[in-house]
Amino acid sequence: MIEVNENKIAWHENMSVSELLKICKYSFPLIIVKVNGEFVARPEYETHLIADGSNVSVIHLMSGG
Amino acid sequence: MENKYSIEEIKKAHKILKEFTYSPKSLSKGYSGETLYVNLSTNEIKIKQVTDQMKNIFIGGRGFGLWYLWNAVTGKTKWNDPENEIIISPGPICGITQYPGAGKSLVVSLSPTTGSVMDSNVGGYFGPYLKFSGFDALEIQGKAEKDVVVFIDGDNGRVTIEEAPLEEVNSHIICEQLTELYAKDEADRMHVATVASGKAAEHSLIGHLNFSFYDKRRKGTRLKQAGRGGIGTVLRDKKVKGLIVRTSNIKGDTNNPADQALLNKTGIKLHKEIYRNDEKQCHMRTQGTAHLVEIMSDYDLLPVNNFKFGAHEKARQMASWVWQKKFTQGIPDGCWFGCTMACAKAVDGFEVKTGPYKGHKVIVDGPEYETVAGVGSCCGIFDPDAVIELNFYCDTYGVDTISFGTLTAFAMECFENKIITEKETGGLKLNFGNHEAALELLHMMARGEGFGKIAGMGVRKMKEYFVKNYGADAKFLQDIGMECKGLEYSQYVSKESLAQQGGYALTNKGPQHDEAWLIFMDMVNNHIPTFENKAEALHYFPLFRTWFGLNGLCKLPWNDVEPETNSKTDEPAKVPEHVQNYVDLFNGVTGKNIDKKELIRMSERVYNFQRVFNLKMGFGTREHDIPPYRSVGPVTSEEYESRKDRYDKQLKEKAGIDPAGLSTEEKVKKMREFREKQYQTLVDAVYKRRGWNERGIPKLETLKELSIDFEDVVNLVKSKI
Repeated sequence: MIEVNENKIAWHENMSVSELLKICKYSFPLIIVKVNGEFVARPEYETHLIADGSNVSVIHLMSGG
Repeated sequence: MENKYSIEEIKKAHKILKEFTYSPKSLSKGYSGETLYVNLSTNEIKIKQVTDQMKNIFIGGRGFGLWYLWNAVTGKTKWNDPENEIIISPGPICGITQYPGAGKSLVVSLSPTTGSVMDSNVGGYFGPYLKFSGFDALEIQGKAEKDVVVFIDGDNGRVTIEEAPLEEVNSHIICEQLTELYAKDEADRMHVATVASGKAAEHSLIGHLNFSFYDKRRKGTRLKQAGRGGIGTVLRDKKVKGLIVRTSNIKGDTNNPADQALLNKTGIKLHKEIYRNDEKQCHMRTQGTAHLVEIMSDYDLLPVNNFKFGAHEKARQMASWVWQKKFTQGIPDGCWFGCTMACAKAVDGFEVKTGPYKGHKVIVDGPEYETVAGVGSCCGIFDPDAVIELNFYCDTYGVDTISFGTLTAFAMECFENKIITEKETGGLKLNFGNHEAALELLHMMARGEGFGKIAGMGVRKMKEYFVKNYGADAKFLQDIGMECKGLEYSQYVSKESLAQQGGYALTNKGPQHDEAWLIFMDMVNNHIPTFENKAEALHYFPLFRTWFGLNGLCKLPWNDVEPETNSKTDEPAKVPEHVQNYVDLFNGVTGKNIDKKELIRMSERVYNFQRVFNLKMGFGTREHDIPPYRSVGPVTSEEYESRKDRYDKQLKEKAGIDPAGLSTEEKVKKMREFREKQYQTLVDAVYKRRGWNERGIPKLETLKELSIDFEDVVNLVKSKI
């Protein structure tokens, strides 16, 4: 289990940031991802693996009209 | 485009009612120091001086509009009284070409739908050209006897009021006609900008203004809308067919800024950022704001069937990539010179399928996100071509796509609940998803016929009409009618964000997202968990966004593109680097020396003044800040059941109520009690943060601290406390 924006999400082996974003349906482009407080750069979303028990912040910025 | 009359015939039929000459003043540090006043009842035209107090307290744009209107009307003035005004003011930064999004105008008037003061922002060239013709604002009062146009010739220092009997009223035609009529030749058309409305504005209360700009690549006029609050209806009530300004005084430094080099430097930085990042971020240059459609559905925020739901599997039929294909690509689509964000997308050569222009091929500006969601998903319509057709007709008939979408969705829900039937609608089968019926409703509105006229009154007045004439349940209509203060909601589902419920209902003019859009910050990020956190956000963001409207700026370049380093800043939601850009732009144009705190302070003065203006008009107190329950939570069992797991969990974890054993109706009731209490607590917190009393009235010390403790303001507030 991991925590994403204070919500519990089921964890599995080799879960990448990209995969997590898909699971959460976080399709908004202006986001900032931090895993256990450490910033993850966008080019690393595919390769950065999330460990079980991690605390993930997916900070959505604002956009639109 | 086929016209009934030739340009020569139209020109010949004009009769000059009044001619006024003036010496156009050069701008100095963003201001001309003069306002053009036109009275259509008396044909008086004069110049008013812009005082230092106006510049220091009200800045420009919306601030100037509020100040002029405050002095023009009493608390008893109605929107269709001759005393009501339409004020167009661009603001001191407006017209610079170095920084994206610097061509906006603000329009202020008393609204037909709210009865109080309305502001609406708009692109197009009219505002900057008005400035370059020597005016910080245009103030129109009175009512003409016959249809007129007002022409401002900035090149020759001449203003005329002219009878204009032969022009069309609908905007896609009249804006072309007036552009051709007042341009010296084809090359001069880009020096002409116009304002017009349309036939539906004459028969409804939701009329909007189209501000044109000539697109030399398309060889046609484009239309941007001052959409909210029915100001197009006011324009046609004054019998104005069009406003025209012409100037060839268009240079990068026409504002005569204090520090041109600072503007250049700040602008270049953002241009580069847009070129680097837009295709990785919001795709504004290829999709405009329509990039949001499928994203909003993913987050359960896209209004579906009158805001009952926030997502739909068919949303992808109207997704960003669909619009990208329909929009003509590779054309610099800025609605003002120098805007590299270029999000004013258009569908070219669209063949109209219904109504008076059936078979015509037209340019359709947009659709933007709000239009796709409003006339599309909110009405259960997911056909992109139907959305484009509704977009086209709303624009040319002069009605706001947001209000039209929300009121049509309301009528559809009433139809599905048998509150109204085909008997009342004149045969329209107003089921969700019936785009033919939605289009015919729009045509009926333009013809001033039957149910079109009733619907055109807007949601608030429709509710009253249905209760009075059809015996509808007033409480149910209050719950599902998505309006607050008389203005229809814009297109985001706010049920799961308490902060956004306040972001909509605690606005000055009514539920429009241009004050605050806090849903992600609140609902997704969980960054503002306490009432105090939410109140702070509902203090800062409405004020920050108000500032754009004081200065003639577009909001989009603030946060629809972001620097790579933004994620590492302390407050990424504010986009600190861009906030500094705006400080630099203001100082660069005006020569003043503000910082980011003073920026907020500037807005706070105007924002509080507008709240007091609402008081003057009989509103502006707590009871007017309460949203319809559809904006707060599930009204019906159908809505509750559609998100049962979410709501059951919330009842248990947030409200401390075990949902087991409760019927759906009981759960809806318990949820409502919980959420409505939460909302009231939020209101208390926001009022406290804003320096208002528990009834929502600005305290005298707040007015004094903000230096807006003018005698009439203080007397008014004292009389209301």
